[in-house]
Amino acid sequence: MAFAIVVNGRHIDIEMSGDTPLLWALREGVGLTGTKFGCGKGLCGACTVHIDDRPVRSCSFNLSDVGKSKVTTIEGLGAQGARLQQAWIAEQVPQCGYCQSGMIMAAAALIARNPKPTDDDIAGNITNLCRCGTYVRVRRAIRRATAT
Amino acid sequence: MFREAHLSVSRRAFLQTGTAATLLLAIEIPARADGQRPVLAGWIEIAPDDTTTIFSNTSEIGQGTGTGLAQLAADELDVPWDDVRIEMAPLDDAHFNPSFGEYATHGSGGMRFQADAYRIAGARARLMLIGAAAKKWNVQASECSTEPGAVVHAATSRKLSYGKLVERAASIIVSDKPTLKSRTSWRYIGKPVPRLDIPSKTNGAGVYGIDVKLPGLSIATIGQCPAFGGTLESVDPTPAMAIAGVRHVVPMVSAVAVVANGHWAAQQGLAALKPQWNLSSATHTNSKSYGETLRSAIEKDGRAYAPRGTTADALAKTHDEAMAKAASKFEAVYEVPFLSHAPMEPMNATARPLPDGMELWLPTQAQTASRRAVAKFLGVSPDKVILHTTLSGGGFGRRGEFDFALQAAEIARKVGAPVKLIWSREEDIQHDWYRPAVAVKIAAGLNSQNSAIAWRFESASASLADWSEYGTYKLGPGEVDGEALAGFARGAYSFAAPRYGWSLMDAGVPVTYWRSVGQSQNIFALESFIDELALHTKRDAIALRRSMLAGDNRALRVLDTALQKSGWDSPSPGRSRGFAMAHSNGTLVAQVAEISVTPANEVHLHRIVCAVDCGLAVNPNSVAAQIEGGIVFGLSAAFLNAITIDDGRVQQSNFHDFPLATLAQTPDIDVTILDSDADMGGAGEEAVGATAPAIANAIFAATGKRVHRLPFASEGFGLV
Repeated sequence: MAFAIVVNGRHIDIEMSGDTPLLWALREGVGLTGTKFGCGKGLCGACTVHIDDRPVRSCSFNLSDVGKSKVTTIEGLGAQGARLQQAWIAEQVPQCGYCQSGMIMAAAALIARNPKPTDDDIAGNITNLCRCGTYVRVRRAIRRATAT
Repeated sequence: MFREAHLSVSRRAFLQTGTAATLLLAIEIPARADGQRPVLAGWIEIAPDDTTTIFSNTSEIGQGTGTGLAQLAADELDVPWDDVRIEMAPLDDAHFNPSFGEYATHGSGGMRFQADAYRIAGARARLMLIGAAAKKWNVQASECSTEPGAVVHAATSRKLSYGKLVERAASIIVSDKPTLKSRTSWRYIGKPVPRLDIPSKTNGAGVYGIDVKLPGLSIATIGQCPAFGGTLESVDPTPAMAIAGVRHVVPMVSAVAVVANGHWAAQQGLAALKPQWNLSSATHTNSKSYGETLRSAIEKDGRAYAPRGTTADALAKTHDEAMAKAASKFEAVYEVPFLSHAPMEPMNATARPLPDGMELWLPTQAQTASRRAVAKFLGVSPDKVILHTTLSGGGFGRRGEFDFALQAAEIARKVGAPVKLIWSREEDIQHDWYRPAVAVKIAAGLNSQNSAIAWRFESASASLADWSEYGTYKLGPGEVDGEALAGFARGAYSFAAPRYGWSLMDAGVPVTYWRSVGQSQNIFALESFIDELALHTKRDAIALRRSMLAGDNRALRVLDTALQKSGWDSPSPGRSRGFAMAHSNGTLVAQVAEISVTPANEVHLHRIVCAVDCGLAVNPNSVAAQIEGGIVFGLSAAFLNAITIDDGRVQQSNFHDFPLATLAQTPDIDVTILDSDADMGGAGEEAVGATAPAIANAIFAATGKRVHRLPFASEGFGLV
């Protein structure tokens, strides 16, 4: 089936079955591989993207449900993303880096809703898994990006 | 000693830059004195625009080793950091890790076995560039010097950038023992230089194995026999072939793969199949009864182990005599479960058939072994297998095995087209090569003053050496897998009259190296035992450790630093602390866990303080990151993780039942890296072992309950 979706501000026609998880539509249909496959069950957050500014685990969200919503991936995060990415580099957060796209997308969604998150806000909202154990630096990077 | 760049790199360089003037400074490092090791060569490439590429032979699985190696070479080369790039070295003999004799990433050995070679390579390249400039200017090389990225002749105020000299430098012969910079003049070594791979890991640009794109690429996924050792009896491909996009159903010896035009179709195709498994050769292991097997094994004398420089007979004699004199004996048993590596990037591999071989793109820790295995499978010589190393989404030892690479090669050969095989997370959890389940018994013979005069260590587990496909060494009759006793032997402490035994108890469950290997269970056992022994003998646990460190000033400094940084002598009200330390791969680590425990036995981690002496920390920030990561890895194992097996099948399947520690559960981690001129040690694995016992000792301090078995969650202590 053909779907017309908006990804990172671009209109894209995509020919895939409607029950395809958005994750695979993005990776294989649109060719954006920054969004990662980690668990396929919405448990790890490596596939986090924004749908209309809402963080969504794209492995568990059907292509057919995107509709007219705007999809944003790590590749299209823009100015807000640049601030987070700079903080991520300053704190030298990533190790293997595989979970970090999802981690940054989750952080961006948090900051958009809550520009000054407390440590409790960060702990409550950043539920993405990182096997390398970068959490202390993720916390520092979010603090850095939201400091005045 | 200089030689022309090897072809593959110079051709690639030519293609990349579009100019033939790009030259690789191929620098041979002499073989080690034993003559057994291959030379280390070809690490630096300088382009006419001065871009300096430093090749790494160490897979980027999260450690940042490429940047560290580049720091070593770039400092000696005297090049501006902005000009430095890193790239994976090609897979050839010239790029083997000299200590491994192959191209591989394990044993925390990327930096410590190669630091000198990279420094020498950088220094020799600099001398060659100076030689080239001197020749061009017709002056003595001794009159020339360098400033970052350029050779300078001060007397005549002449200067040429490295990029303009590199071609001429190719014919300059220089010493293979160049003078290296003194520590005080290091610009990059020992400094927290930002990692070169990190920017691409913040914007989605980094290419992992799962991201490989090729023309005409099909996507495969796989279902393996749920019971270890079983095989595929039959499978009717019809239901999968009925799904749009499915191209092939590929029956394999103990698995079935579905090849499709995309991952979703492949996954649906696989779900539609009803493979019939032949379980006649499958294991029926149950991890509960296997645990009982391990517990009874450690009550017997296992295979005798003797660290280098001793003999088992001599150890047994000394130990038995001392134990016979003991007034009393104190002993305890510790148990740990099978564990999965669970790197965030599920197993995957991309294979493209070639007319006479195969080309592979692998997130791997074992390039040489993978190539050898694929070549053997195809029946071709290893040079017919071309292997590209991608970024790896974690490794932790899992990618030292190459089952996934062989599968991709088999599938690609069968369908005659390029295939990317991607495992599901369920396959990853259920078909790992696990950290073995282990039981350990430690016994101390005490004299009438309650001092330990004899130590006995008995361990029981499967053999890593025998299972690992990566390792080529297999145990002979009666031989001991030395990793089973890591930390008891070759660890931090001196033990009076030690005796070591190990019982090989196989479960038919694949096992392999898991971040920190034997230390992952033995440091939990040992550091818990020392606290228990101290309590039993009414001694202070720290004082007891000091006595067992027997004047090892390096170890004592690490211990003291952790205590001091944690405020050990001034505890915060309502909080309890526990201490543990370890010495492995040349690195000493001491940790203090500060916790509180609710009446419902919920453990709050407030802080983990860690002191590290790893010798020279080439990049202290990268070392700190590895220590933090090791502690979090240890945290998951301590509290949360167990792989259990019933009727030969793994009962866990994804992160809901194999949970990883989360950001909310991770405390502040305060790492102090000690300035040290000791020989360089590892950083990737060395912090894992001490985390569980530091917390176990803190839990005892808080509750009076001693945990002898991991994970804590199964023993009633939850992590909040």
